[in-house]
Amino acid sequence: MGYLARQLAGPTDPARDAGWSAPEERKGFFTDTSICIGCKACEVACKEWNALPLDGLDLSGDSYDNTGGLGASTWRHVAFVEQSQDRIEEARASGRRLVDLGMPQVGAPAPAPSALRTGDTVGAVPPTLPDEGDGGLDIRNLLGGAPTPDFRWLMSSDVCKHCTHAGCLDVCPTGALFRSEHGTVVVQADICNGCGYCVGACPFGVIERRTDAAVSVRKDGHVPDVGVAQKCTLCYDRLSVGQEPACAQTCPTTSIRFGTREEMVSLAHDRVVQLHDQGFTEARLYGANDEDGVGGTGSVFLLLDEPEVYGLPPDPVVPTAKLPEMFRQAGYAGLGLLGAAALAFVGRRR
Amino acid sequence: MTTSSFDSYRPPEDGPRRRRRSSVRGAVTGAGRDVARAGRSWLNRDGGGRREAPAVPDAEFSDYYGQAVIKPVPWKHEIPAYLFVGGIAGASGLIAAGASATGRHTLRRNSRYTAIATVALSGAALVADLGRPERFLNMLRTVKLTSPMSVGTWILSGYAAFAGVATASEVARSLTLPRGGVLALVQDGLALVDAPAAVGQALFGPPLAAYTAVLLSDTVTPVWFESRAQLPYVFVASAAMAASGVQLVLSPAAESGPVRRLAVAGAATDLLAMHLLEEHLEGLELGEPLETGPAGTKLRLARALTVAGGIGALVSGRSRLLAAASGIALAAASALTRFGIVEAGMESAKDPRYTVGPQKRRLEQRRREGTVHDSIVTVG
Repeated sequence: MGYLARQLAGPTDPARDAGWSAPEERKGFFTDTSICIGCKACEVACKEWNALPLDGLDLSGDSYDNTGGLGASTWRHVAFVEQSQDRIEEARASGRRLVDLGMPQVGAPAPAPSALRTGDTVGAVPPTLPDEGDGGLDIRNLLGGAPTPDFRWLMSSDVCKHCTHAGCLDVCPTGALFRSEHGTVVVQADICNGCGYCVGACPFGVIERRTDAAVSVRKDGHVPDVGVAQKCTLCYDRLSVGQEPACAQTCPTTSIRFGTREEMVSLAHDRVVQLHDQGFTEARLYGANDEDGVGGTGSVFLLLDEPEVYGLPPDPVVPTAKLPEMFRQAGYAGLGLLGAAALAFVGRRR
Repeated sequence: MTTSSFDSYRPPEDGPRRRRRSSVRGAVTGAGRDVARAGRSWLNRDGGGRREAPAVPDAEFSDYYGQAVIKPVPWKHEIPAYLFVGGIAGASGLIAAGASATGRHTLRRNSRYTAIATVALSGAALVADLGRPERFLNMLRTVKLTSPMSVGTWILSGYAAFAGVATASEVARSLTLPRGGVLALVQDGLALVDAPAAVGQALFGPPLAAYTAVLLSDTVTPVWFESRAQLPYVFVASAAMAASGVQLVLSPAAESGPVRRLAVAGAATDLLAMHLLEEHLEGLELGEPLETGPAGTKLRLARALTVAGGIGALVSGRSRLLAAASGIALAAASALTRFGIVEAGMESAKDPRYTVGPQKRRLEQRRREGTVHDSIVTVG
């Protein structure tokens, strides 16, 4: 593919496309929701490090979620989903179906040999359980043959996806959003003109314009950067000096991992294979596929149910992928208007 | 989907999903309300405190507590107003050029003044939306082809420049100055650039009327994104009928023949394009935002006014009064269309079912056809 064709859709190296001649390896998160305990330490660490203003101390009433979603002043958000047994069964069945459909197995080296993986080609992991009776401690044995609890809590720490093709970045009319040398997407508050276009162009609903409804955490009552777009920078300042983002560093269960994207996808792959091996067929990856509507995300997630259960879009498409088509239609419409006006002035003079 | 034993009192969940309640109090449904009515307290309430259990609304796990997946664009009424006056400006430039080419002097003057007034208003609306004039200038620091807003800023600026020269030339023409002297020289100079300015204005007019459709479509707002194939036609037709409508009000019947024809063509195209747009969205189960609520009311009214104004323009002939009434109806219809479409888009962004529903159906469709390589969800 040519340089121009790569700009709007498909797999690519975003940092190189953005003009970095020798970019670092692309960085990203791997958020393994299966080991998240919902402690919200990531939310707090993010707020602390990035000096984000308080945006409400309300109880949403939605389980233990009090922030509701990502926003201008919430760059990490922990979702809490309560599920009963039948819903868990459904999640498990939908995960098994993905395997049956032959969903792609992405970018990771061949995992350790396992009964599940022998002899399969792309996709088509047989949903059978491996041989039992090797005497080892096995989660299925612990669960006593009926490995479906009657209740579970799904906790998932959401964050900006740092898409390969970022809608927010592409539509920004001022250049306030830029692609960093780490392959991440960063907003410059001092250049943003607050038009809010990026808000509408994000297929994940991440970026938001900060309003003065936010309560200040500063003594002088000053809320910084009101009226401009804000989102996770993947701790650009910390990355620049070789540190890891605040949320990843603080996560007590290593649910949030940080590293090169390649490494993260590989970790995610291994983990999902491990969970499938243990019979947790509901495990699936989100954002690890470079062929998806946004060209793969920098932040990869391991989910235990359909994405929409966590408030994530099931099939996001970056709107700019269709931009050539849109401009073409607008061009035809404009020519039509020109022609109609010309025709109206031809003919009878009255 | 709680684990409370009160669930047994609840009827089976079928039919369309319930809308999210705006408050925790409003979320008290089913078993929770029965408990409240029966006056039970946390002591005899199975499964915990009385206020606690209803605080978690009936879990419908096709979404996350009914919260929007995407965020609506934080635009207020300035933006649909901008779309409306920008459309009038764009099409007025075409009318001005046509009138200039065919020697319709009053129509040319009126449409040029309309164009400069509306382009100034659209600039003001943009600045009002952004907050400060510097923020508009900030966009002129860069040209970004992937951003319809950046492209549009340049189209608007180019249009405004040509419209400015054309208007200056029009003003100069209307003044009688003594021969000789600097002012007369300026007047002669402006007469020279009159024709190029008219051509420039005519060439920048259609993009100005059409790009706003791309501006809306290039977002994840379901109604706007999915109507990307029809919206440009709706917008140019709407612009044509609004600008013609204004000239039907302002210009004498002797010169308004082309304007009447353009108005009728605009109204007919608008009706057809809106119909196609609604059909298309209906097929994606996104028709509801266009039909219900304030947006639905506006769009229905717009359709009625378009029909009335179109017929009025067609039969007005030399009746100035009827032409003016039709013109007002067409301009109002155009404004209502813009506001209706913008509001419908906002509504569609706020409700997760308009985001998740079409995406899931799209995904299922692809999977049924055997396409699995482009899903964001993968397994090991």
